[in-house]
Amino acid sequence: MGPARRSPPTAGAAGEEAAAVARRRQGMLLASPGALYLLIFFVVPLGLITVYSFATRTSTGRTALSGWNVESYRAIGDDIIVGIIGRSAWLATLTTVLCVVVGYPFAYYIATRPRHVRAVLLVLVMIPFWTNALVRVFAIRFLLGSNGPASALSESLGFGTFRILFTPTAVTIGMVYSFLTFMVLPLYVALERMDWSLTEAARDLYASGAKAFWKVTLPLTRSGIVAGCVLVFVPSFGSYVVPDILGGAKTLLIGSYIARQFRDARNWPLGAALSVLLIVAMLVAVALNQRSGSGAEDGGRPRGRRRGPGRGVAEPATAEAS
Amino acid sequence: MTKSTTATSRWQPRRSRLTLILAIIAAAGLLAAACSGGEDEAATAADCEAGATDGDLAFYNWAEYIDDELLAAFEAETGINVEYTTYESNEEMLTKVQSEAAIYDLVVPSDYMVDTMRREGLLLELNFDAIPNAANIGAEFANPPFDPEHKYSVAYQWGTTGIGMSYEVLELLGGESTWAVIFDPATAALVPGGISMLDDAPETVAAALKYLGYSIVDVINNQNEDAIREAGDLLRATNDRLLKYDSVTFGDDLVNGEVDVAHGWSGGFFLTFFEADAYDDYAYTIPAEGGVRWVDNMAIPHNADNICSAHAMINFLTNAENGAALTNWTYYGSPNAAATPYILDEILEDPGIYPPPEVDARLELIPHAGDLAVLIQDMHSQAKS
Repeated sequence: MGPARRSPPTAGAAGEEAAAVARRRQGMLLASPGALYLLIFFVVPLGLITVYSFATRTSTGRTALSGWNVESYRAIGDDIIVGIIGRSAWLATLTTVLCVVVGYPFAYYIATRPRHVRAVLLVLVMIPFWTNALVRVFAIRFLLGSNGPASALSESLGFGTFRILFTPTAVTIGMVYSFLTFMVLPLYVALERMDWSLTEAARDLYASGAKAFWKVTLPLTRSGIVAGCVLVFVPSFGSYVVPDILGGAKTLLIGSYIARQFRDARNWPLGAALSVLLIVAMLVAVALNQRSGSGAEDGGRPRGRRRGPGRGVAEPATAEAS
Repeated sequence: MTKSTTATSRWQPRRSRLTLILAIIAAAGLLAAACSGGEDEAATAADCEAGATDGDLAFYNWAEYIDDELLAAFEAETGINVEYTTYESNEEMLTKVQSEAAIYDLVVPSDYMVDTMRREGLLLELNFDAIPNAANIGAEFANPPFDPEHKYSVAYQWGTTGIGMSYEVLELLGGESTWAVIFDPATAALVPGGISMLDDAPETVAAALKYLGYSIVDVINNQNEDAIREAGDLLRATNDRLLKYDSVTFGDDLVNGEVDVAHGWSGGFFLTFFEADAYDDYAYTIPAEGGVRWVDNMAIPHNADNICSAHAMINFLTNAENGAALTNWTYYGSPNAAATPYILDEILEDPGIYPPPEVDARLELIPHAGDLAVLIQDMHSQAKS
């Protein structure tokens, strides 16, 4: 298939080896700008954060790079921080579940339209992304505000002023809105490439519509659901713009708390330790996703036995679809 | 709230030729300095003379804190440019100065931040010979607790933290403002709409301490952790009663009717009352229990490039008429005793800006908290659950 064919077949083992070296070199050349960028702007800062997490805060709020200790990691066990992490995890879970509930039928609808309609609908889904996220959150704030249209509607219907802004409900609405697209797109991809003749086969074999969905469609789109959940959960766990703007900063979440350590509290070691914790947690989540995701995507052949009830149907389907 | 446009962006088009000439002169100057044997390190405050400048001034100030015309007047008088940029919190400024992410010639830290920066060795000792107008500063600002020998800072403006509310709400409270409107459930229930507090740990803790009858200065100087925890518990019990925390739009929220009672900084309220033409309906009040007073100060970072220009600006702004012009624009109190005759009567007569002596006596500066700062931040975080 690719560059392998370039070396003349007569060159023998030595020639093939030289070609392999050349290929590797070419690959490295292509990857080096990206790798260098990530090294400078991702790996190095990450290393610095890790180093800072073991440093000490002086009484004037400076970070002393001496007297290395794990105090900041120990402080993570404090009631305040455990509470904040618990709250953040709960809100992120709620957001993720709501995104699945709202996003799945939505993606299903798009994926079952004719091809040209699908393209238009997908563009419509992505249009909000052309606007800055902050602007969109402020727009929601206006919509939900006591002077906004939602309130005016409720007043004209005789329900009185609409007081929802600066409540956890407003935060949840804003979070679902902000991250819904991250759920819809992977779900759409999974549904779109699914082999619908399998659902038809299930119906032909007297499965009810609901049963066909539970036994065939849902297992076949599992990889999309998992990918969507990770894409929604990870950013919503660390989100701090939405809770501050729509929640009136009344419910402190981990993202705001970390930002506060670097800004107001000037406790960089604690902020760094929490960042490291968050990064590790996210890496674990992504790694788990990779494992379950690959299991579903290549037909699960190497790990076929791990699959659930939908196994018999799912295997040939995904193999064909990809 | 919009950040004020930087001074340079507004003037450069008109003065591009002048800028070019100045740039050439500056380049020549640099070259000369480089040739003179690397002695430029030795340029210290001691060499500056009153009004003398040594290059364009990088002035880093709070947002909405100076009239652009005043900067233009300085530029016209000295012939140098002011590169004016703004920040929204002391910590933001401190981080920039400390990390040397940008070099500034003049900054305006608040009281406790002067203390922090001074202890960190981030401030340059001023040469008061180059600031003859510093003598205009009133006696009560000449020996501040945060700058004990008064070597590093010159007061810029001062103000208070209190409560903004409509006159209607003030009447419901019996005409006297009190922290109980935020911290006492029964009194807060009198307020028909929402209540907001600053999203600022030292300010919320200080307000709670004042309501509980503590002296902020005593609590911090005696490292009284129990009092701070007590204030933290009070803040936690108050959280559900609040509509929101906000340090930026508290004035607008009040005038727009989003909240009926707002904890905030005096000048922030006056600015929105002025912009919304709402002076007749709303009042900024200092609670009967007392409140927080703060003083912002001009200071020169240790790594400033144009030390003499910075001294010239301090001297310019401490001039009696210019000092008054600052206050006439910001509606904050002026520390400049000589400026009083030039300040608008409506400002001098406003008890929210120049509180009567008996109220003034109950105002306190928040001191540098040292290690307690972490606990204070924790109390604010803990409240938000």
